[in-house]
Amino acid sequence: MTDDLIDRLAAHLKPVRHMAMQRQLIGALLLSGVLAIVAMLMLLGMRPDMQTAAVTMIYWTKFSYTLALALLGLAATLVLARPGGRTRWPWLAAVALVALLVVLAVIQLARADDMMPMIMGSSIIRSLTYIPILSLPVLLASMLALRRMAPTRPALAGFAAGIMAGSTGAWIYAFACTETGMMFLALWYTLAILIVGAVGAVFGRFFLRW
Amino acid sequence: MQADPTEMRLRELMLASLDGDAAAYRKLLADLGKHLRPYFTRRLTPAFASHAEDLVQETLLAIHTRRMTYDRNRPFTAWLHAIAHHKFVDHVRRQSIRLTVPLEDDAPILAHDDNTDAVARRDLDAVLDNVPTRTSDLIRRTKIDGASVAEAAAAHGMTETAAKVSIHRGLKALAARFAGGPK
Repeated sequence: MTDDLIDRLAAHLKPVRHMAMQRQLIGALLLSGVLAIVAMLMLLGMRPDMQTAAVTMIYWTKFSYTLALALLGLAATLVLARPGGRTRWPWLAAVALVALLVVLAVIQLARADDMMPMIMGSSIIRSLTYIPILSLPVLLASMLALRRMAPTRPALAGFAAGIMAGSTGAWIYAFACTETGMMFLALWYTLAILIVGAVGAVFGRFFLRW
Repeated sequence: MQADPTEMRLRELMLASLDGDAAAYRKLLADLGKHLRPYFTRRLTPAFASHAEDLVQETLLAIHTRRMTYDRNRPFTAWLHAIAHHKFVDHVRRQSIRLTVPLEDDAPILAHDDNTDAVARRDLDAVLDNVPTRTSDLIRRTKIDGASVAEAAAAHGMTETAAKVSIHRGLKALAARFAGGPK
């Protein structure tokens, strides 16, 4: 029985490329990211004032905050995709990043005449809706890729993929979002990313078992 | 870190397999089967000992389909162990769900004093610690779990005669030690 199995498996052996796992996961991320960008352009369109926004501090804060979180999510996913994988630094770095943004946001608030628009903005519902929607392609693609890997902690791996997907979605959404408050970013973008992370964890729990 | 000969041999076979060497791969899987069988048998309760072969096959299959998750720069045995452990935990989880018994079928709680069993088992563990692990496992299987010598020998990949000799020597050593003979 077992010998038959071994014969069958050996007969179907195909070479595995170096870094095959990394290639698949990053490939899935890039491909689905492009899809999400197309979705953003069709659903929302670029913000009309892109030219002037591109020189503002808040635009680049949004850009780099979400991109950094996406990369940290990717780093954690790559570790957790392996059997027995465990990692701490991406989580610690992500928490530090959020803390740093909160500090910047408080400084901005202290200088502002009117705090409320900086915190509540005018598009909370819009952000909390579109960031998860724009995260879906990356979330699905990374789940499909992870299914072929060996996460021994499926919920955590799903959470990491969710953070990666949510942050990518937020990064893409930022091209369409005209909010200027750092606190808006720290609260609502982060919340939207965490929601996608939670969805990823639930997904992982049931979908990544093997 | 690479001093362990088993690790070195298996890792070399794995690296060749990843490059598409079918002969090395066959050798690797056969070798892993031999390591995994006792690994699972030792961990399964006697009632589920027959599932060891299923677990071996499931693990080999997982190794095959998920071989890209092996990092060529890391120890192979650690990767292997993580997969085998995962398969074992998964098995236990599934069994514990399947083993739910309807209340009316359950035996009365006070029918049997389990505590004496536990004490006896602990004494037995302590006694069997005095012989090599393989010998103690052979004794456990044949004398306590009721397996045949052939089965116990197969689980360790040894011949029946060798197993018999090993069991006999182990029991003799234990008798010498615990029957008041010289230490």
